[in-house]
Amino acid sequence: MTQSPTLSRRRGHSGTALPRKSRQRGADARAGYTFLLPWLLGFIALTVGPMISSLYLSFTNYNLFEPPKWIGFDNYATLFQDERFLQSVGVTLSYVVFGTPLKLAAALAVAMLLNSKRRGQGFYRSAFYAPSLIGASVSIAIVWKAMFGDSGPVDQGLSFFGINIGGWVGNPAMTMPMMILLTVWQFGAPMVIFLAGLKQIPGELYEAASMDGAGPVRKFFNITWPMLSPVIFFNLLMETIHAFQIFASAYIISNGDGGPAGSTLFYTLYLYLRGFSDFRMGYASAMAWLLVIVVGIITLIFFRTSKSWVHYSGDAK
Amino acid sequence: MTTTATPIQPAPGATAPAYNPKSESTTAKRAKSAIFHAAALVLTCVVLYPAVWMVASAFKPNSEIGGQNTSLWSNNFSFDNFATAMEGIGGVSTLQFFTNSLILAIGAVVGTILSASVSAYAFARIKFPGRSLFFGMMIATLLLPFHVVIIPQYIIFQQLGLVDTYVPLLIGKFLAGDAFFVFLMVQFMRNLPAELDEAARIDGAGHVRIFTSIMLPLMKPALISTSIFSFIWSWNDFLGPLLYLNTPDKYPLPLALRLFVDQTQSSDYGAMIAMSVLALLPVLIFFLIFQRYIVEGVSTQGLKG
Repeated sequence: MTQSPTLSRRRGHSGTALPRKSRQRGADARAGYTFLLPWLLGFIALTVGPMISSLYLSFTNYNLFEPPKWIGFDNYATLFQDERFLQSVGVTLSYVVFGTPLKLAAALAVAMLLNSKRRGQGFYRSAFYAPSLIGASVSIAIVWKAMFGDSGPVDQGLSFFGINIGGWVGNPAMTMPMMILLTVWQFGAPMVIFLAGLKQIPGELYEAASMDGAGPVRKFFNITWPMLSPVIFFNLLMETIHAFQIFASAYIISNGDGGPAGSTLFYTLYLYLRGFSDFRMGYASAMAWLLVIVVGIITLIFFRTSKSWVHYSGDAK
Repeated sequence: MTTTATPIQPAPGATAPAYNPKSESTTAKRAKSAIFHAAALVLTCVVLYPAVWMVASAFKPNSEIGGQNTSLWSNNFSFDNFATAMEGIGGVSTLQFFTNSLILAIGAVVGTILSASVSAYAFARIKFPGRSLFFGMMIATLLLPFHVVIIPQYIIFQQLGLVDTYVPLLIGKFLAGDAFFVFLMVQFMRNLPAELDEAARIDGAGHVRIFTSIMLPLMKPALISTSIFSFIWSWNDFLGPLLYLNTPDKYPLPLALRLFVDQTQSSDYGAMIAMSVLALLPVLIFFLIFQRYIVEGVSTQGLKG
């Protein structure tokens, strides 16, 4: 990483004669855009174009069969009076606000447990990572539903301890904890990233702190947390953004309708239902753009506040 | 952390009988190690329980899943659930769903490898005006909720008559649609020494030659990570097929599973879970074979699972 600027500068100086250099530059520009073509095409045709047209659609009434009708801000205004929409916002926010910190706390705690030169570390790392690979799949959603169903293993296990909740799946108060447990179960991906970050912290820091008589708590807050803060920031940002977009698990667990009593009506699920079952595509586009704006604002807030708690060491960018 | 700095270190590899002050710290170390393994093992059991329960249930008769019998082991171990699951649903055999999933996943891998590597080469190795602007935009798409594009994309493909084909599901892969992979390859290529291009250029090689005969062979680890992840992501993808595919004989496994759930309505739990196991099997096999690559890929590139 640190050597690339000098190397590219050297490459820049390699052409000695000016005309040759500029000819090279023209050839490079042509080659650059030729190589970039696949991405560029996709970016324009599948991202930028659709983004603009969904912005337009969000100001219209459109059902796929008749031409879109311009209605101004009506969709956005209706959204805030739509009880199901407000419910979906509530459901998604509580999932993001409780699920993401819990997942990251679990990831960090386990990463710190595993961050030692002990035998079996590789095995544990792989075992804990595995759920992240399959957790968002339809299969696991089906299994989760069965496990948390009436007299499923979770219910049985808890009643062994005298806790009688019954089935979680049919109980509107318990579906959110169940969904949060599903995301916490996938703590492995951020854990592996934390672990890589922890390995970068020089051991001498801890040794010096020990000599000064610092206990584990002081060491955590004065060494681990600040040294790891760029990785914490990265995980927090990515996990938060992804949490907003949960779809397949919610769809399967609720049989595609966000039930019971709308308790699993996640934002993207409601967007899907509006757009592709009611064919209210203008309305769904307004929802999509609102999501982009909210995620954008959250990203911005994260980056703004990061200056006060994220520490980049001198040589990193 | 409490380990005392022993004044005389035994030579590395020497297994001399430890003398007293040392052995004390060895017992402390042993105890710590035991605690570590106990905690890690308990955690492993908790984390892997759902997977174990799933596999165990797939081999049990319906009457024993849930209910009073909570043990993972069944005396009535049988393959019946798998037999039912393999029959398929809606007149389409499960083998067909497997084939469909495989076609989509292989298509995704081929498309991603071709398009992402070429685009990444432009970002990492060629200087051209607008490069950093486009690179910034590419990074921005990593954070963009893709739901903002699905409605217009659907409208486009619908007007082109491509709904209920695999085109909408694959075209994005051939156009470097997964920015993650482009980013991964850019990072990888940036760490390859620039002298390689230099030397090749002096020998008169153009970008095509440099890319195909120098970069691609060196990029093998990045290409392998990309293949693994794009395969698994495509294999597990649900929303894409849900939007675009209407006829069951084109369904990949996740969609077939949904159909299965809808039609059996939990009357045949065993078969449902057996089919879930079958659907995850390739992912699990991939994981067992490539776990090194997968976990390393995540830790160095911050890839999501």
